[in-house]
Amino acid sequence: MSGASAGGLSVRGVRVDLAGRTVLHDVDLAVAPGELVGLLGPNGAGKTTLLRAILGLVRPRAGRIELAGRRPGRRRHGAGYVPQGHEFAWDFPISVERAVLTGRIGRLGPVHRPGVADWLAAGDALERVGLAELRRRPVGELSGGQRQRVLVARALAVQPQVLLLDEPYTGLDLPTQELLARLFSELAAEGRAVLMTTHDLLGAVDGCSRLVLLNRTVVADGPPAALRDAEPWAATFGVSDRHPLLKLLEVL
Amino acid sequence: MPLSEFLADLANPDLAFLPKALAVAVMSSIVCGVVGCHVVLRGMAFIGDAVAHAVFPGLAIAFVLQTSLVLGGATAGVVTAVLVALFSQNRRIGEDSIIGVLFVAAFALGIVVISQAPGYAGSLQQFLFGSITGIPDRDLYTVGLTGLGVLGVLLVLHQALVTVSLDRESARALGLRVLVLDVVLYVCVTLAVVISLQTIGNILVLALLVTPAATARLLTDRLGVMMLVSPLVGGLGSFVGVYLSWSYDLPVGGTIVLVLTGAFLAAWLFGPRHGLVAKVLPAVRVHLAQD
Repeated sequence: MSGASAGGLSVRGVRVDLAGRTVLHDVDLAVAPGELVGLLGPNGAGKTTLLRAILGLVRPRAGRIELAGRRPGRRRHGAGYVPQGHEFAWDFPISVERAVLTGRIGRLGPVHRPGVADWLAAGDALERVGLAELRRRPVGELSGGQRQRVLVARALAVQPQVLLLDEPYTGLDLPTQELLARLFSELAAEGRAVLMTTHDLLGAVDGCSRLVLLNRTVVADGPPAALRDAEPWAATFGVSDRHPLLKLLEVL
Repeated sequence: MPLSEFLADLANPDLAFLPKALAVAVMSSIVCGVVGCHVVLRGMAFIGDAVAHAVFPGLAIAFVLQTSLVLGGATAGVVTAVLVALFSQNRRIGEDSIIGVLFVAAFALGIVVISQAPGYAGSLQQFLFGSITGIPDRDLYTVGLTGLGVLGVLLVLHQALVTVSLDRESARALGLRVLVLDVVLYVCVTLAVVISLQTIGNILVLALLVTPAATARLLTDRLGVMMLVSPLVGGLGSFVGVYLSWSYDLPVGGTIVLVLTGAFLAAWLFGPRHGLVAKVLPAVRVHLAQD
């Protein structure tokens, strides 16, 4: 786990209580630069809560989280966050470029006037996700895949070492998912630590360098090839080991 | 009445209340036009309505105590706006329910307070429906300075407010103090409402906040343009409203609102890209060409 402190993400012994209920306990997780890790688990397993704890939006009761060697702070921490698409007000009258620029807000001065460096960073981020051509278009006119890429670009605008993706494939068709999966692999290969929650198990097995099965705590953690056993999957998702899904995973 | 006669009346020293009322109406609708953009884009029109109710006890107390209505209303409105922002951080009860409880209670308190004042019926009507008479000189300055203050705050916080409107959770993750920004925006809405109350009245002030901004939204997909068009529509609408109200002896608040509603309907019908005509006409043309 020493690789994580060098620039990735490290979560050790984390416990999170929400409204008096323990949602996560004893969570150990590390993502090194260059890794694309899939965080899998059923609804209510605490995936989004874990992301929120990493972002500093909920305070863990116990444990330690480090982003690129630093504690999650309110400002200037090294994580880029891509929320679920429905969190964003797509009917807002704003261009793609300006929406991406809002990702820089934590880096701007007291009156939040973007400078040359901010515009350049936003431009680079748009270039990176392949939306440079559409940068003046209102966000409301974009397709689902383009919208997801806007959110990724906004996260990239702070040039993060750690990228957190929350269900990036929800509601997208297969070709779009494939396109995004390739983008995420590339972003990881360029030296970022990428952690992605997803319900797309097949895609995660195929595209992620490592999988973490989460249900309140980490049930299993390893490269897809090492997670051939049905048992941890059945335990995580609360299904019998005869579930069709597990048969599918065995085939892979 | 021709416009020239209206302008002559504005210059007539015997009718000094008229230019004052016009100035207050136009200034407050410009401020409401800008604030209203945030209100419309965040879908918080209900909050604007609620704030209008909430300032009422402040107005009533100020009226009974014979002090500045603007100050009284602002105090009451700001206190309740802050309370709503605080209460609504608790996600168990929806913001709408909290508003439903607090603001109607405030309005009820206002009615009870004002019933204690002499000449109760007349003053109540003035509060509810607005009036162009009886605006003291000092209110002219209060409205102007308050308006400038609100516009200044919105200018400085523009980027932050937009970031929060787009995506609260990410804004929080990016280090913005979302609660503080919410409170500031609510206070701005309150102040915009308060400075508009005297001419347009408590019941109708929501139109000043929402209608010009909604009209502007129909005309553009760019926030910068929207924030220019909205106060322009509001200011012009108020001018025309006061003019028509003076000419035909109509209630000023109602007339302004009807003019603004006319502008909204025109934008809805004839808007360049999203207007009904722009959408239907090409379809009709295609249909005719096929025939």
